[in-house]
Amino acid sequence: MKPGSIAIVGAAETTELGVIPHMSQIQLHADCARNALRDAGLKAADIDGLACAGEVPTNVAHYLGITPKWVDGTSVGGCSFMLHVRHAAGAISAGLCTTVLITHGESGRSRIGAQPRAILPASLQGQFEAPFGILGPPTMFTIPVLRYLKTYGNTQEQLAMVAVVQREWAAKNPRAMMKDPVTVDDVLGSRMIAYPFRLLMCCLVTDGGGALVLTSADRAKDFPQKPVYILGTGESVETPMISQMADFTSSRAFRVSGKQAFDSAGIRHTDVDHLMIYDAFAHLPLYGLEDLGFVGRGEAAAFIAERNTAPGGKLPLNTNGGGLSYTHTGMYGMFALQETVRQVRGTAPAQVKDVQVAVCHGVGGMFGASGTIVMADRPS
Amino acid sequence: MTERPLPTITPETRHFWEGTRAGELRLQRCADCGGAYFPPRPFCPSCGSADVAVFRASGRATLYSYVIHHRPAPGFVPPYSIAVVQLAEGPRMMTNIVQTAQTPEALQLDMALEVMFERIDDDISLPLFRPAGRAA
Repeated sequence: MKPGSIAIVGAAETTELGVIPHMSQIQLHADCARNALRDAGLKAADIDGLACAGEVPTNVAHYLGITPKWVDGTSVGGCSFMLHVRHAAGAISAGLCTTVLITHGESGRSRIGAQPRAILPASLQGQFEAPFGILGPPTMFTIPVLRYLKTYGNTQEQLAMVAVVQREWAAKNPRAMMKDPVTVDDVLGSRMIAYPFRLLMCCLVTDGGGALVLTSADRAKDFPQKPVYILGTGESVETPMISQMADFTSSRAFRVSGKQAFDSAGIRHTDVDHLMIYDAFAHLPLYGLEDLGFVGRGEAAAFIAERNTAPGGKLPLNTNGGGLSYTHTGMYGMFALQETVRQVRGTAPAQVKDVQVAVCHGVGGMFGASGTIVMADRPS
Repeated sequence: MTERPLPTITPETRHFWEGTRAGELRLQRCADCGGAYFPPRPFCPSCGSADVAVFRASGRATLYSYVIHHRPAPGFVPPYSIAVVQLAEGPRMMTNIVQTAQTPEALQLDMALEVMFERIDDDISLPLFRPAGRAA
């Protein structure tokens, strides 16, 4: 894909967000898909490429009445949608299709029409992790952090600051689930979930979804919305088992994905006006800032504590409030992409001034996968 | 209280679970590059060689990282540790740290540990770790 040759021309979330017990998961896909098609001024019949996760593409295509000639069901967790954007850009560039719809819908809280979550007992994770009492992401994603804190001499107070700063962004966003300000003491005084992680260091569990429409940049000017151009992309995977992550202080998948995205976009860190780093837990932005190269190893906690990523700071981060305060259905990556699109369009609730280049970085599984997308307000 | 999830043994992992049943921690080593590795597979994940052999590990380890889970989980009484240990031979594995308080004070990173085996049923004994140097 040539930088800037593909654009996002439609983007929308589900009409409601948070607790949606009156909609099944497939209907959440459809609701945001129909909103995104309306945003792009298209009908389902105009779509010839489809990508989604959570539901297989067959389900979504049938439900929406789409006849795709290109499909992608890549499902590597919450960053699947970053990978879909990357794959769709490649497919459009290669002439496999012209107009791609990417959907995410997840009844993560109400569990209406949702797939059961299970670890197969014969899988490596089922044999070598499940017997030791793992129970969802709060007991797995969190395991590396004590090693990280010890390696760099960071503190739990610094970890808590991540949640405090993101709540400041959420306070500016009417759609954020949690908007009341919190202090470091509030975070450290909240209920213990899995030491050292307390409730306010863990993401929300919600219902919702989001969808994107992509096409070639030469067609993009014919659409009603300001196009958001794809400058660069990256992806990688490492391991399905947190115990086998090679380095507990740094994610290989983050480093590989981030470098591909920056290199293919031809941007430097100083070019970046806005940043999203998938924050399932409070330590994710620390790893993301370091592994993407915005700061050196072990410097991210101080960087956040010094308010560089807070409102008014030089590198606005997770400006929707993030998975910690905005919403988190289980696979949050689509919501990070939606906020990046809003910021580049200039329509975000907590709009950063003059966003020209924005980076959106996702994680999948427990540091198991990663996808990174660089967006811009112009093709090059 | 329901039981803790148990592994379903597969052909490639049989040596490991036969080992824990016999009171041995069995890893694999590559004859070509010399690396020890885990979890089990019939080739070396570092260099790809299929010239690999099962060996008995020392059972010595250090505490690499952990959480202390405070919510109920099937087969566990909270709070309980979910840990990743660094085996003396190099690989890491998930386990529980037992026979010590489940507190940050008792669970210090890099503390010396040794393996012990908890028999669950006729097929499965799980490798758990305890502070090193205690009588069995």
